[in-house]
Amino acid sequence: MGDTGPRVLVVDDERAIRRFLRASLSAQGYQVIEAASAHEGLEAAAAARPDLIILDLGLPDLDGVEVTRRLREWSKVPVLILSVRGQDADKIAALDAGADDYLTKPFSTGELLARMRVAVRHAAQPADEPVVTVGDLTVDVARRLITVGAREVALTPVEYSLLRALAVHAGRVMTHGQLLREVWGPGYVSDGNLLRVNISKLRHKIEADPARPRYIVTEPGVGYRLRVPA
Amino acid sequence: MGKTYAMLQAAREAQAEGRRVLVAYVETHGRVETEALVAGFRVIPRWPIAYRGVTLEEMDLDTVLAEHPDLALVDELAHTNAPGCRHARRYQDVEELLEAGIDVYTTLNVQHIESLNDVVAQITGITVRETVPDQILEQADEVGLVDLPPDELIQRLHEGKVYVPDQAHRAIDKFFRPGNLTALREIALRYLAGQVDHQMRAYMEAHAIRGPWPAGERVLVCIDADPLAERLVRTGRRMATGLDAEWIVLHVETPEYATLPEAARDRIARTLRLGEELGARTVSLPGTKAAEEIIRYARAQNVSKILVGVSHHPRWIRLIHGSVVERIIRAAGDIDVYVISSASDRRRASAAPAERAPLHYTPYVFGAGVVALAVLVGALVHGVWAQANLTMLFLLAVVIVALEWGRGPATLAAVTSLAAFAFFFGPPSFTYTVADAQYLVTVTALLVVGLVIGTLASRTREQAQAARSREAYMAALHALSGELAATNDIDAVLQAVGRHIGATFGRSVAIFLPKEDALEPRLETPGFPLSENERAVADWVFRHGHSAGYGTDTVPAAAARYMPLKTSQRIVGVLGVQPSSSGPRLTPEQRRLLDAFTSQAALAIERVQLTEEARRGDVARETERLQTALLNSISHDLRTPLASITGALTTLADHPPADEAVRRELLQNAREQAERLNHLVGSLLDMNRLEAGTLRLRLEPGDVEDLIGAAIAQLGEAAQQRDIRVTVEPKLPAVPMDFALVTQALVNVLDNALRYSPPDAPVEVVARLAGNEVQIRVEDRGPGVPPGDIARIFDKFYRIQHDGADGHGAGLGLAISHGIIGAHGGRIWAANRPGGGAVVAFALPVRPPEPSSAAADTRTDRGDRAPEWATPGRAS
Repeated sequence: MGDTGPRVLVVDDERAIRRFLRASLSAQGYQVIEAASAHEGLEAAAAARPDLIILDLGLPDLDGVEVTRRLREWSKVPVLILSVRGQDADKIAALDAGADDYLTKPFSTGELLARMRVAVRHAAQPADEPVVTVGDLTVDVARRLITVGAREVALTPVEYSLLRALAVHAGRVMTHGQLLREVWGPGYVSDGNLLRVNISKLRHKIEADPARPRYIVTEPGVGYRLRVPA
Repeated sequence: MGKTYAMLQAAREAQAEGRRVLVAYVETHGRVETEALVAGFRVIPRWPIAYRGVTLEEMDLDTVLAEHPDLALVDELAHTNAPGCRHARRYQDVEELLEAGIDVYTTLNVQHIESLNDVVAQITGITVRETVPDQILEQADEVGLVDLPPDELIQRLHEGKVYVPDQAHRAIDKFFRPGNLTALREIALRYLAGQVDHQMRAYMEAHAIRGPWPAGERVLVCIDADPLAERLVRTGRRMATGLDAEWIVLHVETPEYATLPEAARDRIARTLRLGEELGARTVSLPGTKAAEEIIRYARAQNVSKILVGVSHHPRWIRLIHGSVVERIIRAAGDIDVYVISSASDRRRASAAPAERAPLHYTPYVFGAGVVALAVLVGALVHGVWAQANLTMLFLLAVVIVALEWGRGPATLAAVTSLAAFAFFFGPPSFTYTVADAQYLVTVTALLVVGLVIGTLASRTREQAQAARSREAYMAALHALSGELAATNDIDAVLQAVGRHIGATFGRSVAIFLPKEDALEPRLETPGFPLSENERAVADWVFRHGHSAGYGTDTVPAAAARYMPLKTSQRIVGVLGVQPSSSGPRLTPEQRRLLDAFTSQAALAIERVQLTEEARRGDVARETERLQTALLNSISHDLRTPLASITGALTTLADHPPADEAVRRELLQNAREQAERLNHLVGSLLDMNRLEAGTLRLRLEPGDVEDLIGAAIAQLGEAAQQRDIRVTVEPKLPAVPMDFALVTQALVNVLDNALRYSPPDAPVEVVARLAGNEVQIRVEDRGPGVPPGDIARIFDKFYRIQHDGADGHGAGLGLAISHGIIGAHGGRIWAANRPGGGAVVAFALPVRPPEPSSAAADTRTDRGDRAPEWATPGRAS
């Protein structure tokens, strides 16, 4: 508590949401800074240098995608998007513009805190983590070694690149575009088929039941996420 | 004489009382005192009309209507308007003013009153053509008589105080004789006395004053094609008015009627119309014998007085047949019979040869030919056959001629037969000497029998013809009414009317129906001259309910005749019929048929319109009912979770339970209810997007296994604790889909299966390829769907009612799935499983659907589908 906790900037025009976030986050030891509009939020981001920004997509003065874009011009501060149902296109645009993750209202405090932890951790350790472990799945980036439990899994280079991309951002959603760019290169951004086929193959190699995946979960219409235990 | 002056004086009094008085049309004839009076009023300028090089001035009706004074002054009621005016006659202008709520003062000479017309003509020897129907006068609130003693009038005439057109001086001298004037004066006084009496009685009746009322007098006027008929009708009217009786004009359509010349039939129709105009009920009855028909009708209708004209048949026919009049008188009993006669009318009739039927010679030639043939045959068998049989041969010839060519040729055949028989076969042959008295009898019998048979046979023929023409009439009417009855669509009704009139009369037509405030043409058959002027005439007809245009007194210059489509309730539209420029005019029968068509059309249009109104009312009520139901349902579904949440929170805040477990219970409940609320709002949003048609599919090849996984993951905790068995056929092709939306569709189906089955029972999800589509089935072991409800489970707000079910759904889930799958060009269906439980399945085509059909093509297979993997054929 007190002044030592991480600083969170909440940008939302709804007073009820700000009030609820201040109460829940303060209780968890965060320092909460509030902004009721996009411009207020951008100023506060520059002045207070928060460790994390929670940004509502539907602001009255500027849309969340544009705010993310402006933030990313000078800052790498993790950005968590708050959206409502039906804003899928904006959500993906914001993620592609550099937002770290999203939550759909209504959400539970547990979900929020888990996403915040992932985002903050990722920002704090930008360097490659040599080994990522999710449950029984271990991705050893340094040795290019994948194991599920004790079993070693043989992957094609593309499958490996895909899994590594997910593992490096473990817990964060990766949009289709982001994955395609990272694994295949900028020319393949719209080749959804490539991604779909390889995700399926990857699941069949690492998941116990590919129809009910534990590790690589689908965010319908947005992308994929390597799930980390909350 | 002085009536204009009197009118102006009365108007001045009205103006002094503060009423707005306008001079619509007053003829001062340049008299100073009259002009001085006119100067006191506002005068509407007359409307100049150029006609054959002369400029005529008429009343400017539209300006008067627009000015809408309290009282309009219109001189010379009997005036005939110049061609180009809206109405043919000024009294029609006045009627329109009255209809518009404008009071009118007008003037009229006694000789112009319709029912006095012939009386005046008899007395003065001058027939006045410009007459005004009696009803106009009867409608008048007040009739004032401007009366001068004849001597004084003649003096005024000599002093030049009476307006006399130059060219009429001689006629006027003849007219203004003391005898004439006295007679006219008497007529006028009597007429007015009658009016006063009438008003008095009306007053007494209105105030329930008992009096010696004539008990239910009824006058029957019997007419035929005789020109006398018009006079009969006028006399009938005077008699009826005098008696304050109802009156009927009757025409009996004897078989003879069918053989009458066109002009005569036209005259009958005209006379009937005149009767109608004078306020009679008109009746046409078919019958073989006029007298019997008339008496039967008179008795049935309780007629007290019958008016007939003297028979116009030659005396010898009357001697044989007895005249109709005589038979009426004999059979009349207690009914009074009045017989009217007029020599002058008879002369007029015979002086009009054009009205005679043209004589056709061919039938007579044929008739003579048949007799010649009989002579030839007779020559062959002469001496072989007995004389009596030869007679038969000629009789046969007469009968054949009568049947084939009618009475005239038959009579000729009878006479020539007689002559031929006597000449060729009566001994001695080849002379007209009839030696034997016996032959004289044979010959005379031959003639009489021949004539009688000829007459009977031709009458049969005429009756057959009349029946045929009635039959054709009925058939045409029947065809139209049959077609009109079978249709419920306004355009089809109009088309049928247009087609039938075109086919029956060879005329092009237009039908106008009101739309909002304006009348617009809804149907016009090719060739109909639809111009701005014509539409104005149609509009006038619609507003006034009277026929107008070509062949009528109102705007006769129009290219077509316009008739109101009138029902007992209202005027539903206007029918325009273009006269045929080359073809014949309509016969009276055709005109009657057209009238019948018109009323049929009006009834059909009204019926369709009423049906449409009723249907619209039903739809509106049904929509309203659904909206109310929907609102009730939604508000219930929204309030229930809110109540739980509010309850939990207020309890925790105000009366925190000491027990930790109770607190947890409350919070858990509030959380679940919040989720439920969120789910409901999400569903409503989806439903709204689907129904608004704003749903834009982002079609991309989707992995079915991924889809099932995503859906189960989205179900969250509800799915975690349940046994969901997924079977995906290996190597399924990618399916074009909007992944997020189809996930939502599957989530709803799965949610439904989980909700309606016991927690320990497994739910199976099976995906496989079947033909060109991928099918995904969700099977549960719940109670299944009530068989009668299978067709309804994809309906909005449908919920299965049974015990133990978790009734949390809003009844939207499957409806949304249905909408989403339909938008993809897929199918969704439901069935019960053998051994219990339900299966809800959907199929998506592997090939992408046509973009245009994506939203519209919502095909659903519902109902008793085979529970096993039936592969439903995809209908195109």
